[in-house]
Amino acid sequence: MSTLAQKKGFGATLWDYLTTVDHKKIAILYLIAGGFFFLVGGLEAMVIRIQLAIPNNDFVSAGFYNEVLTMHGTTMIFLAAMPLVFAFMNAVMPLQIGARDVAFPFVNALGFWLFFFGGVFLNMSWFLGGAPDAGWTSYASLALESPTNGIDFYALGLQISGAGTLMGGINFLVTIINMRAPGMTYMRMPMFTWSTFVTSALILFAFPPLTVGLFLMIFDRMFGSNFFDASAGGNTIIWEHLFWIFGHPEVYILILPAFGIFSEIFAIFSRKRLFGYSSMVFATVLIGFLGFMVWAHHMFTTGLGPIANAIFAVATMAIGVPTGIKIFNWLFTMWGGSITFTTPMLYAIAFIPSFVMGGVTGIMVASAAADYQFHDTYFVVAHFHYVIVGGVVFAILAGTHLYWPKMFGTMLNEFLGKITFWLFLIGFHLTFFIQHFLGVWGMPRRIFTFLPDQGFETSNMVSTIGAFFMAVAVIVMLINVIMTSIKNERVGNDPWGDGRTLEWSIPSPPPFYNFKQLPLVRGLDAYWIEKMDGKKGMTPAEPLGDIHMPNSSFVPVVISFGLFVAAFGAVGIGDKEAYGIPVLVIGFLITFGSMFFRSVKDDHGFHIHKEDLMNDDDKGGKA
Amino acid sequence: MANHQPTSGNPRVDIEYRRKKNKEEMKHQVTSFSLMIFLTLIAFFAVGYGYSHWFIAPFIILLAVIQVIFQLYYFMHMSHKGHEAPSLFLYSGVTVGAITVLAFSTIIWW
Repeated sequence: MSTLAQKKGFGATLWDYLTTVDHKKIAILYLIAGGFFFLVGGLEAMVIRIQLAIPNNDFVSAGFYNEVLTMHGTTMIFLAAMPLVFAFMNAVMPLQIGARDVAFPFVNALGFWLFFFGGVFLNMSWFLGGAPDAGWTSYASLALESPTNGIDFYALGLQISGAGTLMGGINFLVTIINMRAPGMTYMRMPMFTWSTFVTSALILFAFPPLTVGLFLMIFDRMFGSNFFDASAGGNTIIWEHLFWIFGHPEVYILILPAFGIFSEIFAIFSRKRLFGYSSMVFATVLIGFLGFMVWAHHMFTTGLGPIANAIFAVATMAIGVPTGIKIFNWLFTMWGGSITFTTPMLYAIAFIPSFVMGGVTGIMVASAAADYQFHDTYFVVAHFHYVIVGGVVFAILAGTHLYWPKMFGTMLNEFLGKITFWLFLIGFHLTFFIQHFLGVWGMPRRIFTFLPDQGFETSNMVSTIGAFFMAVAVIVMLINVIMTSIKNERVGNDPWGDGRTLEWSIPSPPPFYNFKQLPLVRGLDAYWIEKMDGKKGMTPAEPLGDIHMPNSSFVPVVISFGLFVAAFGAVGIGDKEAYGIPVLVIGFLITFGSMFFRSVKDDHGFHIHKEDLMNDDDKGGKA
Repeated sequence: MANHQPTSGNPRVDIEYRRKKNKEEMKHQVTSFSLMIFLTLIAFFAVGYGYSHWFIAPFIILLAVIQVIFQLYYFMHMSHKGHEAPSLFLYSGVTVGAITVLAFSTIIWW
């Protein structure tokens, strides 16, 4: 009865994905959309590196360079890293806690489509007069002066996709609090689920400041208010604070799921339970907590005064402690383990030194006095690429290899995977290690070119060569994905052989109801416990019965599309165009009309009957 | 959660206990309701009497906070069991908001 086995036309498959509320299919949508934006952001990175390869280069103009640089940062953070992380959360977290779906499947779909239309809207700016050009932080004093509509697209696009992310976060929280399988206590949850939980809490608290900041920016740019305009009594620093109150938790929103993925990988491929599980949980929660106390370390040179700078510097350094706990726990997990060097494990092992280097430079820039030297130089660029690429991107690539069989039912090629790994690792260090020195030698960040004979030529060329290594690595990975999909060799429940958590106890990909009978969880690493007791699968916690499932719905796409239209109207109003208000109204009518439709139309879902579930017992669909 | 009326003939439901519980509950609600009305009167009085603005504004905000707490705990049942997660998130949100206000009022505006 596998839905995948049925032959379906392209149109039917497309419609299936447009209307799906299944967390596994939404995960695939996040993976595709996030992967696409990752390629776009990567392309922008290549433009940056080509422009900076030689002094006085004129590959792109200064204005276009600013747009590319801004869109590289914005795309990579909001439209690539976050959705890719969300892809794994959606694909794996409900399976890890033994749930049949997330708590609000409809809202889950809505969250994805809001993110997608927000991202598309942001990128429409390329074709409609010019992309945003004030940096991904879009500091108000720059942003308010930007002549094109780019910043408008930035503020509106992020507002829409941010709403989607917030919905996703709330959904995950409710799912983890309410839908754990019998026996799955908080302290038995897999580390990835824990990091999803803390990340979702961070999303819940961090996105409202961004929403506020973006609304103020929208009002200032499009509707004539003066929140950030100092000449009219506003204060440009407010944007910086609002942005970083969101922005600093945001980087933990990215890195915590990465930590979660690596925790799973270290345990699986060392064939040991995670060392110091409870201290890992503690460290994750503590990082999440401290993440809200440190935002002003991005603004040391703004002139906050020595007391504020000192407080934020000390708070920032304190985060090194829980992070250090985690690093040691991963090392001790490997210690004495029976390690297999699969592709995900290679990424995990390379992650430790790479990320620690980013952490060490983090302590350096956290020292407020020293930061006056480092601020706005390539040293900072090197630092955050070391933590984001060395942490988040490594985790995303590792997670892609680790969870590909669970999501698609077929294994990515290990040989090509290792080629990707080595090319990417070498390229990454080649690109960014030298940038520490460039920064200390005095190369400012966000400049579109540099002069010859300042000692920057060789280093910039090295950096550009490294970027090409990473580009080739990603191309090899794409080839790998295409080859694997064409071959399509099916795999069983536990393709890595050493799966420890619930997701590996069910078929790959899981049936659309996930668990025929909810599993009984007897401890941490539930599936591993059953394996060690000589059992083939999980013990069911309930008799076989009817399963209640939600119906598919096209409404999330329509709701999101309405906001997409309304955003064009808002840009028009900012330009004093006649079409502005009608388009805005039409957009909101579409959105609220479809929400109204959803509210009045009763949709009780459907049941999979017990008899239908009994038929395919022989196909290994047992919980 | 604990407020479900005894339904059907389930013999395991201790009606006496439920009744006692409900009675206590009612007492708490009436007490907090009268307190809330009293606090509202004080607020009106404070404004009407014409104290300094520097006293009235914080004082009314304080009263409002107390009222919100009454509302949450006695009328929205946060005092009952099973509300640990909502209270955790409520208080975390309040903390984040308070830090933001603190930062804005100390290092941006003054």
